[in-house]
Amino acid sequence: MRAALSGLSSGRSWAVVERALRAIGRMNWLVILTGFFEPVLYLLAMGLGMGGMIGSIPGPDGRPMSYAAYIAPALMASSAMNGALIDSTFNVFFKIRFSKLYETMLSTSLGPADVAIGEIVMALLRGALYALGFLGVMGTMGLVTSWWALAMIPVALLIAFGFAALGMATTSFMRTFQQLDLVFLVMLPMFLLSSTLFPITVFPPVVQWLIMALPLWHGIELMRQLSVGILTPMTFVHVGYFVVLGVVGAIAVTLRLRKLFLR
Amino acid sequence: MKALKPRRFGWWYVAEWRLRGMRSYRWTILLMTLGNPVLYLAAMGIGLGALVRVDVAGVSYLHFVAPALLVSTTVAEGFNEASWPVMSGFRWQKFYLGMSATPLAPVQLAMGESVAVSLRLWVQSFTFWLIGLAFGAFDGLVSILIVPIAVGAAMATHAVVMAYVATIDNDVVMTFMYRMIMMPMFLFAGTFYPLETMPVFLQWIGWISPMWHGSQLARVVAIGLPEPGWLIACHVGFLAVWTIGGLLWARRTFTKRVVV
Amino acid sequence: MAVIEAKDLTKRFGEFTAVDGISFEVAPGESFGLLGPNGAGKSTTMRMIGGTGLRTSGSLSVLGMDPERQGPEVRASLGVVPQSDNLDTELLVRDNLIVYGRYFGLPMREVKAKTETLLEFAQLVEKANAKVDDLSGGMKRRLTIARALINDPSIILLDEPTTGLDPQARHILWDRLFRLKEQGVTLVVTTHFMDEAEQLCDRLVVMDQGRIVAEGSPAALIRQYSTREVTELRFGASRNEALLAELASLAVRAEALPDRVLLYSDDGEALLEEVNRRGLHPLTSLVRRSSLEDVFLRLTGRSLIE
Repeated sequence: MRAALSGLSSGRSWAVVERALRAIGRMNWLVILTGFFEPVLYLLAMGLGMGGMIGSIPGPDGRPMSYAAYIAPALMASSAMNGALIDSTFNVFFKIRFSKLYETMLSTSLGPADVAIGEIVMALLRGALYALGFLGVMGTMGLVTSWWALAMIPVALLIAFGFAALGMATTSFMRTFQQLDLVFLVMLPMFLLSSTLFPITVFPPVVQWLIMALPLWHGIELMRQLSVGILTPMTFVHVGYFVVLGVVGAIAVTLRLRKLFLR
Repeated sequence: MKALKPRRFGWWYVAEWRLRGMRSYRWTILLMTLGNPVLYLAAMGIGLGALVRVDVAGVSYLHFVAPALLVSTTVAEGFNEASWPVMSGFRWQKFYLGMSATPLAPVQLAMGESVAVSLRLWVQSFTFWLIGLAFGAFDGLVSILIVPIAVGAAMATHAVVMAYVATIDNDVVMTFMYRMIMMPMFLFAGTFYPLETMPVFLQWIGWISPMWHGSQLARVVAIGLPEPGWLIACHVGFLAVWTIGGLLWARRTFTKRVVV
Repeated sequence: MAVIEAKDLTKRFGEFTAVDGISFEVAPGESFGLLGPNGAGKSTTMRMIGGTGLRTSGSLSVLGMDPERQGPEVRASLGVVPQSDNLDTELLVRDNLIVYGRYFGLPMREVKAKTETLLEFAQLVEKANAKVDDLSGGMKRRLTIARALINDPSIILLDEPTTGLDPQARHILWDRLFRLKEQGVTLVVTTHFMDEAEQLCDRLVVMDQGRIVAEGSPAALIRQYSTREVTELRFGASRNEALLAELASLAVRAEALPDRVLLYSDDGEALLEEVNRRGLHPLTSLVRRSSLEDVFLRLTGRSLIE
């Protein structure tokens, strides 16, 4: 690890965050804002549109909950995944190949690790903002029934961190934009199948096991439990899953940093 | 004399080039063409359908949602093909600027785009229909009419989006379009539930979306949705106006962009 | 003590060898040039010096450090001007300098003061609040150079500093670089322009296909590999090659290019008279001093800019 890290950092990731904040001040706030609307639109459309046709659905503790309350925590988890994956794959790849932003940063005394950490911190800051906003929307719509719901914000960050580390590690192996499309090909099925909009019990057991192996399912189940304040042994499994994902991902990124940023 | 053939067939040369370009992401296209129908039908038709225990518009939820899913995914791809590739043609890779140095006319660039993309979408939506049959989501061969409807709705979207994208020079706007136009259209334009279940103040999103008009037509042919004749004419008319208007607009915007 | 020391430096991209075992040294305060055609390995060498390109083998020391292991430390004293301006288009002109200075960890107050000085140096004071995209090519280049100075570097790496600029903009830039040189800054310049190399470099190496083919001061290289003067003759595409044998006998050396014949001698005018006396009347003729272009042609058999 020591050898892998040499020459990679000057401990100045904050300068990268500072730059991003300055850039947002200029033009990107629009994009930031729309990113917040994405899960809200899903919640409105599905909650209002489908809610009427579905009625209530059994929650984590078996008690029925409204369809909107059922999907809201799931949307919060998926949106954390979306943001983190897009930032850590497409945006990182684009900045390396086209905008040359990293080339600029790396011609200073910043090291690749500073850039990577700065990017992740920035993604998490944004994620925290979204999570806070979305929780506000949920609260306004009366979809949270427990103080545990406040824990959904740090959990959103944990989920985002896990996916960001995974995404960056994956990006270090990518060479073309076509390969990056794979990210979408993984995100969409995960989003559609991981008990976001309906329980996985509608599928045969084999499919259920497959889905339960995927990270998003753990994120969604965890969020759903917190939204109603039901903690079970599974809660710790879910948290553990993301802790392991984040740590393994971070180690992988560290080892692959040279490949990711230097040629 | 030398310019005679490009004048007549230029649009096809552009289409040929565009289809050739698609080869570089052919695996993605293939995976999406096969994967999307399976995924959406399984998730929405079967998964979500299991929660909807009542009939919708007189049929099961699977039968209700499948025709609209076919239309929506096709329209979404039409939107995709009109956005990043077109912006890149003007801004990053500048293909169009290169072509403008040949006898090709700007309107032929836009036409070629449309032709190539529509060819791709015919294949994509036909495949969706076949997979839908296997899922038991479509009954009877007459439902194949969904395919031309889907391509029509997609091309209406494609034409307008392409024309607009030719005027912008900022990828932030593009991200904005995805999140504030494409996404709401997908969610609010009556794909997953009848538009009427929405409060009236949200229904207009459907009325102005090619996706909704396409989906309604698809439901007419697939499940015999009882739409009055004037409304059917409205759907068809809307899509026709968008397609023709979009192409005329594209002629202007492409010309403006290429001939400075 | 050399500030840059490369020994058997090699870089391969898969099968392709971009830099093939080159060795050189750069002394403090020296203005050192890497000259060669596109693809000779100049930019790759520059990247390795900054520690943003990893070498395949060989050793490299910059200011006594290994840029690969101590990249951030090396770059703290380096100013990098890349081949294409990679300015931050999401930031204003002034913010480009400020943010860049923060990357070096400089305190905000210091950066702000330095930014104003550099805006002046780059003649961009009126453009301080403009968008980067609204600058002309020459202005962007000056901003990129000003940016590279924010950390008071002791070495500046300039990759093709004036490619794509009009003559006036080039001269302004050269003037700025001279001033830096006077302040004792070490310059490492890559270029494929002969006049630029002659203007800027005390010493240079000529690179071709990843190798160093010659080394010395511009004047010494010309003396060693060329004659004092060159006579350029054009006979029309079909005759250049055919007349070569006869022309060669008149000069120290002759070279047929697709469009013209180059005759090397110490007295170009006399040679031209002799050609005319023999009734070989060229369509156009030009007598000039030998340049690095001729050195390159001699060494590689190819023109620098093709």
